[in-house]
Amino acid sequence: MANRFSIKHQPGFTAIAATCFIVLYLPIVVLVIYAFNAATSTSEWGGFSFKWFQSAWQNTQVIDATLRSFQIGAIAAVFATIFATMAALATTRTAPYPGLTFKYAAINQPLMVPEIVTGVALLIFFSRIKIFTGYSGLGYLIAAHTAFCIPFAYLPIRARLENMDLTLERAAADLYATPWRTFRRITLPLLWPGILAGLMLAFVISLDDVVITEFVKSGGQDTLPTYMLGQIRRGITPEINAISTVFLLLSVVIVTLFFFISRKRD
Amino acid sequence: MNWKTTATAIGLALLASTSLARADGELNIYNWGNYTSPDVIKKFEAKYNVKVTITDYDSNDTALAKVRQGGTGFDIAVPSQTYVPIWIKEGLVQETDPGKMENFKNVAPEWANPEFDPGRKYSVPWALGTVGVVVNTDAYKGPADSWGIIFNTPDELKGKVNVVPEMNDVIFAAIKYVGGQQCTTDKEVLKKVRDTLVAAKPNWIAMEYNTIEKMGAGDFKATSDWNGSALRQRLANPAIHYNYPKEGFGLWSDNVVVLKEAKNVENAKLFQNFIMDPENAAGLSAFHRYANAIVGSDKYMPADMKDAPEVVIPAADKPHAELQQMCAPEIQDIYTKIWTELQK
Amino acid sequence: MATAEEVAKAAERRDIRDRWLLSAPALLVIFLAATGPLLIVLVYSFLTPGSYGDVKWQFSPEAWVAVFLERDIFDDTLSVAAAHVTIFLRSIKLSVVTTIATLALGFPTAYFMATRSEKTRDLWLFLITIPFWTNLLIRTFAVLQIIRNEGILNTILLKLGIISSPIQILYTDTAILIGMAYVYLPLMVLPIYASMEKLDFRLVEAGYDLYATRFKVLRKIIFPLVKPGVIAGSILVFIPALGAYVTPSVLGGGKNMMLSNLIELQFGQGRNWPLGSALSIAVMIIVMVALLAYVRNAGKSGVRHG
Repeated sequence: MANRFSIKHQPGFTAIAATCFIVLYLPIVVLVIYAFNAATSTSEWGGFSFKWFQSAWQNTQVIDATLRSFQIGAIAAVFATIFATMAALATTRTAPYPGLTFKYAAINQPLMVPEIVTGVALLIFFSRIKIFTGYSGLGYLIAAHTAFCIPFAYLPIRARLENMDLTLERAAADLYATPWRTFRRITLPLLWPGILAGLMLAFVISLDDVVITEFVKSGGQDTLPTYMLGQIRRGITPEINAISTVFLLLSVVIVTLFFFISRKRD
Repeated sequence: MNWKTTATAIGLALLASTSLARADGELNIYNWGNYTSPDVIKKFEAKYNVKVTITDYDSNDTALAKVRQGGTGFDIAVPSQTYVPIWIKEGLVQETDPGKMENFKNVAPEWANPEFDPGRKYSVPWALGTVGVVVNTDAYKGPADSWGIIFNTPDELKGKVNVVPEMNDVIFAAIKYVGGQQCTTDKEVLKKVRDTLVAAKPNWIAMEYNTIEKMGAGDFKATSDWNGSALRQRLANPAIHYNYPKEGFGLWSDNVVVLKEAKNVENAKLFQNFIMDPENAAGLSAFHRYANAIVGSDKYMPADMKDAPEVVIPAADKPHAELQQMCAPEIQDIYTKIWTELQK
Repeated sequence: MATAEEVAKAAERRDIRDRWLLSAPALLVIFLAATGPLLIVLVYSFLTPGSYGDVKWQFSPEAWVAVFLERDIFDDTLSVAAAHVTIFLRSIKLSVVTTIATLALGFPTAYFMATRSEKTRDLWLFLITIPFWTNLLIRTFAVLQIIRNEGILNTILLKLGIISSPIQILYTDTAILIGMAYVYLPLMVLPIYASMEKLDFRLVEAGYDLYATRFKVLRKIIFPLVKPGVIAGSILVFIPALGAYVTPSVLGGGKNMMLSNLIELQFGQGRNWPLGSALSIAVMIIVMVALLAYVRNAGKSGVRHG
């Protein structure tokens, strides 16, 4: 009997999802188009031109800032995801034990305070350390970003973990597998979509941070958002669009490569 | 698992790059965003063989807060004249004595011995400007040299006026509009200010900084704004005019100071001297579109700025200019309360 | 010779100790670079404002009083701080509406992504995050471009003849909502996706075998199973949205303060760091209490695992 009833289908869901994807990319398309704007405006079209790409190429400050954003973002996201995974394993799928609620609150704490407050607090705290040790490299920014990215990575991973029951892992233990082996061969592959989701989220959050970075940064440590913040009062030009387009392109290329490489592994 | 090793390698490389050594002969400038001419910097770098880094800030308060805490790594900062006395009083700047430097003779007499830095012991003028009213004359043809455009908006402009959310500028303008004195302690005047602001707000469409875009696109038809921004708007649309309110308008100047914790003091001093040279001052002005306080720079100014009414204050309006000052903390407190009341 | 009970207890202790070790790095980083420095903020909330920002090391409860009560500027009467309440409620309202909007849009999207074939699922995951690799400010400006009076949305509607003059969307609350939903969508989609991807569709099939309607299956089978994801998503949207100010400023015109604007004012032009500190701690406590209550309650009816 031909069964055309799909158990996965829910009415309207695909339509909504499709609309979401279109709407998500629409502003991006606009952004890319205006990168080619001959006029100095990000809203009035004045003809087609490559001049913003040229000026962006020569603007060492903005390229520097963008590279730094990605650098900090990548490092912070990786660390945050690793720590978050460990923390999720520690706080999920267990009967309540003393300190569990405290841990949960502590891990999510960075979310709960407006960024300006964390920014000011870190400014005061880190300045003391900067003066004391004389070190003023990117370490502070990376530490700060890792800290506030952890809850963003933690929550998706935890959500995923809560859906995984322990039977498979128990079976592995019964077969004398060590905890590490169990983790690597069973838990990790099952958890992977959650980890990936957490990683993506952490990266995106770090890239966008402006307030905390503004207060923690030292000389020569502008990121793209802090650079743009400075632009707002004096007028933004499509140079920003040009930079964003280039990096968007790069991101897409990197992601596609990563995708193909991991496909090959299978 | 080849991709794993690649990933680790990339990761290590990223980490390592965070500790790359710096070159010798440096200068770290902490300035407003989009305010430093890359050409003038290149000229400075070439002349003195110094590598210049620029880090941005978006407000006087952020800059003050960061420098106060220390350990920033900046050599030079550019606070506004209202803040310069605070920086001096709190011991954040070095006495580099620009008043005795070689190029100091070029500084215009009215800016050579200001109240905020007597004898110019610490600072050098970077840019000068005013705060006024910008109107798109296609939308409104009446007289616009008054804060009434903002606080008692004519019908044609209702719902099309923007106000740049600089608290001190707006309250200064409102005080002038109701006839008071800058930093007044008169509660009656302040009450009128509060009431005027709250009554005027429904006629405003927005309170944001993005005036160049929005005036150009026609989203706004009038706004309070800085003169340099108005210049850019007029160059994009000749119907846009900058007006100096007759009730009184604010005059400001941003100044270059050398931080006490500066590591490259000699290079910083060279920079302070460098920007007092007429040609360099004009180069800076050409980028940020504001006037400078250096005599003789007008030879080098770009054509569209030489006689621009935004840059050169017309003689008739000069008497209404008033240098903005920092008010006492209790007064600032009242201002903040009025501002919160306005925006709640 | 240890009894079975003692062995079990020892194992339990070891388990708890392991769990502390596992969560140690996360807790350490957060303590050093987020929570710890907040102690400074707590201390600051009990000090006196410095003349030009920063603080004077002098005890004062003024800041905490000012969070809840205000003195009228001109006639000195004491009353509840109406401005603070208004601003707080405004931010809460926006957060709630944003959370609902992103849930309504994000749930189907996550479902769609989770029901793709194994091969393409990762691809969809990347696809949904790529737009968010561009800067928030730029994205918000791009949204602005679209909803402006001469923007794409209005132009299309005009050309299609649906409207006769441009609808003023920009600078209204609708604009803010559109912007917020746009910005916070991935924070809702990703956790729900992570939860849904593991969904065992045999359970769904069982529901249909028992003649349940699609809606009933959705409500009684799918939704409870992906609840952890929905909870995570809601938290990740609601709390950051509470602290949002870039998007509301750019799209709403900045005429009305959000919670973050109020706090930022105290650390900026307002020069009252103790008040800013006190406001922040107050907000944090309220949010933390709400968060714990929400998680306790919502988690109660979750699926139990042994």
